[in-house]
Amino acid sequence: MKPAATAHPHNPWLAHTVRIVNIASAAPGVFMCDLVFEDPAAAGEYSYLPGQFNMLYLPGLGEIAISISGDPDARACVAHTIREAGNVTRALSQLPVGASIGLRGPFGSHWPVEQCRGRDIVLVAGGIGLAPLRPVVCHLLTHRDEFGDLTLIIGAREPAGLLYPSEYEAWRAHGIDVQVTVDRADCSWSGKIGMVTNVLDRIPLRDAGQPVLMTCGPEVMMWYTVQLALGRGMRPESLFVSLERNMNCAIGLCGHCQFGPEFLCKDGPIFRYDRVASILKVDDL
Amino acid sequence: MQSPLFLARVQLDHLIRTLAEDGYQVVGPTVDQEAIVYDEISSAADLPVGWTDIQEPGKYRLQRRDDEAYFGYVVGPHSWKKYLFPPVTLVASADRTAAGWQLSTPETEPPRYAFLGVRACELAAIRIQDRVFLEGPFIDPTYQRRRAAAFVVAVNCTQAAATCFCTSMNTGPRCTAEFDLALTEIADGFLLEVGSNAGQGIAARLGTQRATAEQLEQGCAARQQAVDQIRKQMDTTGIRDLLMNNLRDPQWEEVAKRCLSCTNCTLVCPTCFCSSVAEVPDMTGDHVDRERRWDSCFNIDFSYMNGSPARNSIQSRYRQWMTHKLATWQDQFGSSGCVGCGRCITWCPVGIDLTEEVAAMRKSVETMANSSTVVSPGQEERES
Amino acid sequence: MTDTVRKRPRLAVFKFASCDGCQLSLLDCEDELLAVADAVQIAYFPEASSRMEPGPYDVTLVEGSITTPHDAHRIQEVRRISRTIVTIGACATAGGIQSLKNWANHEDYLRCVYARPEFISTLATSTPIADHIKVDFELRGCPVNRHQLLEVLGALVNGRRPRLPSHSVCLDCKRKGTVCVEVAQGIPCLGPVTHSGCGAICPSYDRGCYGCFGPAAQCNCESLTNQYLDSGTNIETLLPLLRNFNAAAPEFREASNRLEETAQERGNKR
Repeated sequence: MKPAATAHPHNPWLAHTVRIVNIASAAPGVFMCDLVFEDPAAAGEYSYLPGQFNMLYLPGLGEIAISISGDPDARACVAHTIREAGNVTRALSQLPVGASIGLRGPFGSHWPVEQCRGRDIVLVAGGIGLAPLRPVVCHLLTHRDEFGDLTLIIGAREPAGLLYPSEYEAWRAHGIDVQVTVDRADCSWSGKIGMVTNVLDRIPLRDAGQPVLMTCGPEVMMWYTVQLALGRGMRPESLFVSLERNMNCAIGLCGHCQFGPEFLCKDGPIFRYDRVASILKVDDL
Repeated sequence: MQSPLFLARVQLDHLIRTLAEDGYQVVGPTVDQEAIVYDEISSAADLPVGWTDIQEPGKYRLQRRDDEAYFGYVVGPHSWKKYLFPPVTLVASADRTAAGWQLSTPETEPPRYAFLGVRACELAAIRIQDRVFLEGPFIDPTYQRRRAAAFVVAVNCTQAAATCFCTSMNTGPRCTAEFDLALTEIADGFLLEVGSNAGQGIAARLGTQRATAEQLEQGCAARQQAVDQIRKQMDTTGIRDLLMNNLRDPQWEEVAKRCLSCTNCTLVCPTCFCSSVAEVPDMTGDHVDRERRWDSCFNIDFSYMNGSPARNSIQSRYRQWMTHKLATWQDQFGSSGCVGCGRCITWCPVGIDLTEEVAAMRKSVETMANSSTVVSPGQEERES
Repeated sequence: MTDTVRKRPRLAVFKFASCDGCQLSLLDCEDELLAVADAVQIAYFPEASSRMEPGPYDVTLVEGSITTPHDAHRIQEVRRISRTIVTIGACATAGGIQSLKNWANHEDYLRCVYARPEFISTLATSTPIADHIKVDFELRGCPVNRHQLLEVLGALVNGRRPRLPSHSVCLDCKRKGTVCVEVAQGIPCLGPVTHSGCGAICPSYDRGCYGCFGPAAQCNCESLTNQYLDSGTNIETLLPLLRNFNAAAPEFREASNRLEETAQERGNKR
């Protein structure tokens, strides 16, 4: 018996106690939740890469996988943006500041930010899909000079569903071309109406073979985004998608999150498109 | 490996006692619930002396042998995974305190099991679960502790069931490695092979003799009998691509007409490792245990996500099981997930035969390829 | 906690055509009953208390099926005064054992059983509550499992979705180490098509599953019954197995009707 040399040294089932330091509504049915570690040693050891996720644990109710939506360089707290979907998220949304919960993480693959230095980057986010891309945005802002043209396309069903709208101006000021579009809106909305692909279709690409595209949102949105990008001449190996399945253990041992040959918890959730292209459109896989 | 020893029939009890003296809880085959199951044993008398099993798809029956063999059966409804990866395990606990939740993981001493009667296909299955639980980026502590503490007495098969196909999967019937001791049952006793230092330590205390040429000959013949009796075969040629390139084949629909999605095949399978963690609060809710329980990809709840199951049909669940076992397991863990033990065939209530399903898939794919009206999956994708 | 701090949901328990066994499951909760009594205000529960407060109720448990015109009317009234309705047990969720009359002439039954059948006003069928009103949650079983009942009540009180597995009984047998009675002994067992909930009791006593918790999600009764017929089980054995506490559950009903057709075809051939 030979445990893999790279194996994680701690008991992977052990959660850390964390405390809610900030909890606030972000959009209808979506809330933000910032957590700090009770144990300073655990806080010191903890670091994550953009796109990774944590398992948040409410004893008695269960655990859920939530992507980290904060700035990876800001170490004071760990930020999450959470959609109320089931028992755990609903109960979490009702907890007060100061409540303690459990956290295991970070887990999973990350967006290829390091490999993108010097390149143009296009980010395409749909709805809650902006949450796991926000750490990328934060990183790009901090290291703006190291990247080429940066475009962020944000889509939502309606204006109220847009995440972090108060930050868009700052992002623009730091040199990110933020383009926002909604599926439907009333007359108070002066922005774009339509799908993210409509916007993606029109953005200028200096050299289609060069930029990296990262997308997160509903699977069907990502599918059309990727097809359009390919159509515009972007290379399959430069496209990255974030997939979702139910995660139970987050450590590749329970089998729940399998998607073809992939365990979404440890091989994903972020994949280079060409790795998953052949299984993306298979029904009920 | 040194030359085999001979352990007299009456000395088998001595082996069990010696293991017990060394602090092992000996588990082995025993007759219970009209089957040969694995359970704690205290003497050779607990073994299924003079019993055998008759197996076919969807059917298992105990039958009297005309001799008093200890290991004259094949494999039953249980597998050793119930000891290494128990059906229910405590993985973590939470206690409410004034300072918030106190979270912990159990640090209990693992039971030290001596497995008596592990067949070659089962050794291969344990090896496969080692890769899952010990050799990935995360190690499962429960499995690790139990596995490290276990002593393995393998037994070479001297007969095969109609559902056995280990020779197709290259996992048996001969036990070649990964054991501490291995037995081959012959007329008056057992040939005993030593596979480890721990095994040597036990063997030295058993009063064995060097096996005679005649005894070795008997052992060879007995093991050859098992090889000769294996009738079932699975053609594994290109099986990964056969399954993964034909995820939309109509054959999946055919098997779904018979499949009950009842989970039996996955739970008798010695390599299947799917589980779910359940919250088990006490009356006050101040203490919560997190229990990992065996689960199955055939359970409709298993893929539940965003309000509905991702695999919302029997067809899609059967496809998940078969493609995982025989195809994507190779991508994930570098080997097939199937060891050819035949349990999924015997214990399927409607007798679905994995080997026949592979053959049916080959046939269906060929038929589709020969039919000019059919669009290949690749084409579909480009057109959509 | 007192009512002034937290408003406790008002609970009602109504009985329709049934044996009271499911209501007894609630009373049988012993240790947990005090916690239940603390979490809810028991406003109407004739089986447990003579104090009967009028509606409306926050949570209403309904036991039993609809077998009389009077009950068909009464259930509408129960719906009117209840915010959330949970039906409990095989009678309320599938029609119960009394739905066997759906396959018979109930007038004949009346004449057999009652000396003065003209005094009896009854419907020709026994039907589940959900055939008559909108039901918010169905809890299966004959009788219901008290742990599941507590889970449902706890979930409703705390505004969450109840966590109840919908897999087959087989998964429970395997976790317990129970050897399959069908494969090893040839005993016809409904376990592979039956909803989990009982803890797989019968197979651990060498009996086949009777299907007390009704059909499992997406169960394949046709395949299972075909297998039993092919392996020599006769229709006379299989039919009562399916026409039992959950006889009128759609999946079991179709399966038993199909068996009857098969029997008729075979009879005709002879």
